[in-house]
Amino acid sequence: MSANSTNVTHPPREQFTGQVGFILAAIGSAVGLGNIWRFPGVAYENGGGAFLVPYLIALLTAGIPILFLDYALGHRFRGGAPLVFRRVKKWLETLGWFQVMICFVIAIYYAAVVAWALSFFVYSFTLRWGDDTAGFFVGEYLQLADVGGADPWFTLDFVPSVLIPLVLVWVATIAVLAAGVAKGIQRANVIFIPLLVLAFGALVVYSLFLDGAVDGLNAFFTPDWSALTDADVWIAAYGQIFFSLSVAFGIMITYSSYRRRRANLTSPGLVVAFSNSGFEILAGIGVFSALGFLAQQQAVSIGELEGLTGPILSFVTFPAILSQMPAGQIFGALFFGSLVIAGFTSLISIVQVVSAGIQEKFGLSRTSATIGLGVVAGILSVVGFSTTTGLIALDTIDNWANNIGIVASAILMCIFVVWVYRRAPELRYHLNAVSTGAVGSWWYLCVGAVVPAILAVMLVQRILNLLAEPYEGYDTTYLLIVGWGTIVVLVVGAVLLTLPRWRRDPDAFTPWPQYPALAESAATKEARR
Amino acid sequence: MTLTAVIMLIVALVVVWGGLIASIMWLRKNPERTAYPDGGFDDRQEEADAAARRDV
Repeated sequence: MSANSTNVTHPPREQFTGQVGFILAAIGSAVGLGNIWRFPGVAYENGGGAFLVPYLIALLTAGIPILFLDYALGHRFRGGAPLVFRRVKKWLETLGWFQVMICFVIAIYYAAVVAWALSFFVYSFTLRWGDDTAGFFVGEYLQLADVGGADPWFTLDFVPSVLIPLVLVWVATIAVLAAGVAKGIQRANVIFIPLLVLAFGALVVYSLFLDGAVDGLNAFFTPDWSALTDADVWIAAYGQIFFSLSVAFGIMITYSSYRRRRANLTSPGLVVAFSNSGFEILAGIGVFSALGFLAQQQAVSIGELEGLTGPILSFVTFPAILSQMPAGQIFGALFFGSLVIAGFTSLISIVQVVSAGIQEKFGLSRTSATIGLGVVAGILSVVGFSTTTGLIALDTIDNWANNIGIVASAILMCIFVVWVYRRAPELRYHLNAVSTGAVGSWWYLCVGAVVPAILAVMLVQRILNLLAEPYEGYDTTYLLIVGWGTIVVLVVGAVLLTLPRWRRDPDAFTPWPQYPALAESAATKEARR
Repeated sequence: MTLTAVIMLIVALVVVWGGLIASIMWLRKNPERTAYPDGGFDDRQEEADAAARRDV
């Protein structure tokens, strides 16, 4: 069947207008909430300064190699995740839709967290949370339903203080994505990323002058070398790098597909990866200086503080710090403003994965895809996460989507692309043909062995943990429906989205540059079939 | 701060921010390749060519 004649009537693929725009957009995607609230606590709990060793090794042997794999796939096969994997092997399209489904699910709750940060940005001007910050966050702000025993696990009691910012976040996301890759995504990042660096930089410098900052930095940087012999510390380092770089669930595939064909990939990739880690180190310094201040105010040691990671760090511990510090309003505005920007620039990249997938498969225009998707995801987001049971749902879905969904996606990607369909040499050739920094054969070892092996250990470990004891002590039936149910939704959604016919023949495509060079490749033959 | 903590702080900053600065400098010096394989100018042209070849 031929969906096309020789006249290609559809509009050309969207493009980033240049290298800097692409790099800023990729940094915007990689630098997210996890850099600010996850890295400092993870590093502290896994050897402090000594964590740097497994962290850097993980960056070089897993983070950067898998980032390059994503770039090569997206750039060579020129599409969102489903189109790219289809062009690798027809049935592998389902893996692409699995990644799209992960992004769809994550977008729904990630938007809620950005909305919380937006609320707290406003609250910080008056330090509205008062002294009982935990009570304020879960009680007054989220109005969390009592979840002990037989109390409700799901309500439709909407909380206006969450609902309104959440709607704003979705409207802004739709507006940016509807404006397109160059005029929307790129422009937003060109404005927001320098702003984020300035705001967060000011926050870190200010935090260094707080009383007790030195104690915090001591706690953060003092190395516990014995941690290096602990396998869990290494897995934590690989996990941190992996989750923090936004790799293996379609984002970097999608973004790199918007670069023109003759465009540098590996050297900009290094800038993105080191920027992401550089930001994390800054976050560690800022967060632990502030925690040192809090410990001193409460006359306890850092080790006795609670809530050092995740939403609790940002929305309970940090407000407590802000209430006690001089000029807490300014510091608070910088902190929550940074969270909003870091979260928003990641959110738009996550939603773009879904938008690109449906635009390409169903032949939708950018505007109709963005608005349709934004409305559906926005409604799900509001129904699921602006109610009094939003926090538990978010926590549960986040755990399953990340620890099972993304990790499985990465393992499958490595196994099928590298081992089963043997595309690694072609992808390495592609990277080296367009880039100014050459990728050596060490890359095969990383994407073929190191990454899948460590992630497989991580996946098995986490599944066993989840089976052994209920996550966070939640109700087991609830976890079965909402937690494991999320995985079922991801898989079923991926299969269902594979079934419809493509509106435009996805196989009318020749990868460039030709591989192997000078001779017709299997890829070319396959693409013609 | 203790000496070991200071050393680790400096090492972390030098390695990670040094890596960032080095990668930016490398990119500025080598922004794009000077020579590419033939083709690869335009997505639409490539797609049209692929469609034409297949239709034949």
